[in-house]
Amino acid sequence: MAEAAIQAENLTKDYPFGFLHLKKKRSLEGLTMQVEDGEVFGFLGPNGAGKSTTIKLLAGLIFPTAGNARILGKPISDISMHQDIGYLPEQPYFYDYLTAAELLDYFAQIHNFKATERRERVDRMLKKVGLETARKIQLRKYSKGMLQRVGLAQAILHDPKVVILDEPMSGLDPLGRREVRDIILELKKEGRTVLFSTHILSDAEMLCDRVGVIAGGKLRGVGAPDEIVGIQAHGMEILFELPGDKVSAPSASALLSKATRTGNRYRMHIEEADVYPTLDQLKNAGARILSVTQMKASLEEFFMGLVSADRARANAVDVHGK
Amino acid sequence: MTRVGVVALNTFREAVRDRVLYNLVFFALLLMAAAVVVGQVSIGIEQIVIVNLGLSAISVIGLLMAVFIGVGLVSKEMDKRTLYALLAKPVRRWEFLLGKFGGLLLTLTINTAAMAAGLYLALFYVKHSIELADGVALVAIYFILLKLALVVALALLFSCYTTPLLAILFTGGLYVAGLFVKEMRGLHSDTMAPAIQVFLRWLSYVLPNFENFDVMASAAHGRHIPAALIAQNTAYAALYCAIVLAAAVTIFSRRDMK
Repeated sequence: MAEAAIQAENLTKDYPFGFLHLKKKRSLEGLTMQVEDGEVFGFLGPNGAGKSTTIKLLAGLIFPTAGNARILGKPISDISMHQDIGYLPEQPYFYDYLTAAELLDYFAQIHNFKATERRERVDRMLKKVGLETARKIQLRKYSKGMLQRVGLAQAILHDPKVVILDEPMSGLDPLGRREVRDIILELKKEGRTVLFSTHILSDAEMLCDRVGVIAGGKLRGVGAPDEIVGIQAHGMEILFELPGDKVSAPSASALLSKATRTGNRYRMHIEEADVYPTLDQLKNAGARILSVTQMKASLEEFFMGLVSADRARANAVDVHGK
Repeated sequence: MTRVGVVALNTFREAVRDRVLYNLVFFALLLMAAAVVVGQVSIGIEQIVIVNLGLSAISVIGLLMAVFIGVGLVSKEMDKRTLYALLAKPVRRWEFLLGKFGGLLLTLTINTAAMAAGLYLALFYVKHSIELADGVALVAIYFILLKLALVVALALLFSCYTTPLLAILFTGGLYVAGLFVKEMRGLHSDTMAPAIQVFLRWLSYVLPNFENFDVMASAAHGRHIPAALIAQNTAYAALYCAIVLAAAVTIFSRRDMK
């Protein structure tokens, strides 16, 4: 069996704090997961869940308190592993006295590319992220979205096999987000492995083969986006219109009491088993059905559920301890 | 080019673009004014005044740059998070640190060389000639550079584990203490406990000895500086820098980029 592109085993990170750093806060606890070769893997979780901690551990910026991880079979402590990974930090910031072309050339030198190849790569990357016309402008004059694009360009400048992106859509306008999505899809098409963190479900649904949900420093589940969040489906929603002359009909009034109104449109939440009988009743009342949708918990609700469960557990421990 | 060299050149480029070398304009103005004034008011001591003033200015400007830019070499990159993308690339942390050290040293060397040229121009203006004995000032300038290398290494070490303000205080404090190493070593008093005397003596060997780098008086009077002192100071600075940088690398290699 082929080795996973990214493999983490019992990865744990404590951050010291307080006077003399004697206290410790656990940011990541026993993370065990793997990302397969050529897969786009989304790391989902609310702020402070441990996404960036995991990514920084993989990128070698921080060191694990316990556990270990391997990328392309090499331990994350092995410097040669960095030759094959591309990393975009969260809210990236670069040397603002450099232009985009100079920054990319600097990183290309770090990767030991020869001058001719550096020029070719820098040109290609700037074109790819849509910054060819801004190549000679110093980065201090760049907008947040433009910096994000430069960040993406430096992450893929050396054709890495594994690309790790920390909140790549953050700070981008809808057009910018679409461009980043296209780049990720292109990387997938090229056979590269992509791991990116986000708290936006639609991005994950659109791009990821699998997602991992993390909250409170613990991995809560790994699977296809639908499996992870879709299992939280809770009922159906029917959207319909009812002409004014039919609203007062006795057959309609019982139904309307369960619906919420916006203009002449009504929205009704029901159990999945009641869909067909309700549709019959609406048809008889003269309603025009606009849509029937399965209701899924939003990612926010899903996260809130996880966080609430954590708090409840923590309170229970407190009470038990007292 | 090695990665150390790539980082060093970028550090130099940062200093140039941050207009650090503008201090040269101030230095040039100071020396021009001094040369004009000294040429008119002093008789026979033009060289002493110009060399003393020039070397002092080179030393003070260099020290200010070494301390203030030095403590920012790592802390600024950490605060602004500019080194996150860099450290995720195949660059070792010691390569990054040595590159930063080398970059600032290159900046200081070019800065000092330009000021040295200014000093000799001023000397030529007041004396209308440059003699072989004036070359002693070059040795004094070389010693200033060695001193600055040591200060940069110390600033880099402190910036690896503390705040910029504390790093400035520690570096400045060590520099001042290092100017009184000989006094500390020869301190004898009946009222002082023997243990303290032993401790001070021990401390005087651990502290960087900046006194040995001061040959300003010899340079001003055109007195010969022994080759042994040049070799000794070079070896001392190289060894001390190596030890301090090794400590900085040890600390920085274990540091989390939060």
